[in-house]
Amino acid sequence: MADMPGSLKIGVLFSRLRVEEKWIFAALEKRGVSYERIDDRNISFDLENPNGWRRFSAVLERSISYNSGLNALRILNAFGVPTINSAAVAEVCGDKLATSVRLTALGIPQPHNIIAFSPESALEAIEQFGYPVVLKPVVGSWGRLLAKINDRDAAEAILEHKSTLGSVQHSVFYIQEFIEKPGRDIRAIVMGDRVLTAIYRKSEHWITNTARGGEGEICPITPEVEELCLRSAAAVGGGVLAVDLVEHPERGLLVNEINHTMEFHTAQPISGINIAEELVDYTIKAAQAHMLGLPSLEGVA
Amino acid sequence: MNTVTCPECAAEMTLDAKVEVGEIIVCPDCGVDLEVISLNPAAVDLAPMEQEDWGE
Repeated sequence: MADMPGSLKIGVLFSRLRVEEKWIFAALEKRGVSYERIDDRNISFDLENPNGWRRFSAVLERSISYNSGLNALRILNAFGVPTINSAAVAEVCGDKLATSVRLTALGIPQPHNIIAFSPESALEAIEQFGYPVVLKPVVGSWGRLLAKINDRDAAEAILEHKSTLGSVQHSVFYIQEFIEKPGRDIRAIVMGDRVLTAIYRKSEHWITNTARGGEGEICPITPEVEELCLRSAAAVGGGVLAVDLVEHPERGLLVNEINHTMEFHTAQPISGINIAEELVDYTIKAAQAHMLGLPSLEGVA
Repeated sequence: MNTVTCPECAAEMTLDAKVEVGEIIVCPDCGVDLEVISLNPAAVDLAPMEQEDWGE
């Protein structure tokens, strides 16, 4: 190893100390790496003075706020500080429409999505497509503000509420086919060119997110799962990602979304793999590559 | 002592020895989310409300 961890300085940008952050800090301490906890609520960036930030060999971004995290990544990357993941990856992954467009461009299987920009055109599109459909905000997580729409009455009500009460981003209507999945979806953890582990997220509710009470179970990494995860991770720029797959009864595995600041409070204990340590090792490698002037790792700017 | 008072309901509680700054705990009396803002002296404040762009 050309550069020992001892000479590195890793920044961890975070907003809230979740269990994942505690595991990450423990892994950094175990590796003996110098690191700094950076609370995104307490920082500011002077664009004329990047040197203070350049003390970091790399920054691991764990912000809970997409806007704060993305903008911090943009600035850090402009300063030449490598980040996990890069701003370019976050821009795609944090926006469901941007992700879908990227998957479409590369022909990667995903649920049928329809996009509209007014309640009227959204209603017309839903009527033509047929019920049920799911309306999703383009930015958001944890299964929040998803709406399953079973008939025209519900469609009219939800569309009016979104356009009247919602922020501007709710006027991008992201309409997705409702998939009769087998009470579960799949979350795969991808690091660079490896699928580290995968779990089923099971729930009786149509929203299977573990943030909404879904339970985890180990999922075998079949060649099909591996190939689809690696292709879709590469499509968004690579890096450290959680690829969520859904099993369509006719079309098979589809890529539902890709998360760039993944939570793994369920995947780590169920898989028995120390994902936090793997994430820290990836961050150290990215920092070392940067210090040695080597090509960046996947997903690192 | 790591004893703090809930700013919502005034309940007194003792922080776990392993708790860290930035961690979210739940008031055992009123159930509100509290953020640990310091350990020496121990202090908590109401945790920020969940925002639309929060997530992973």
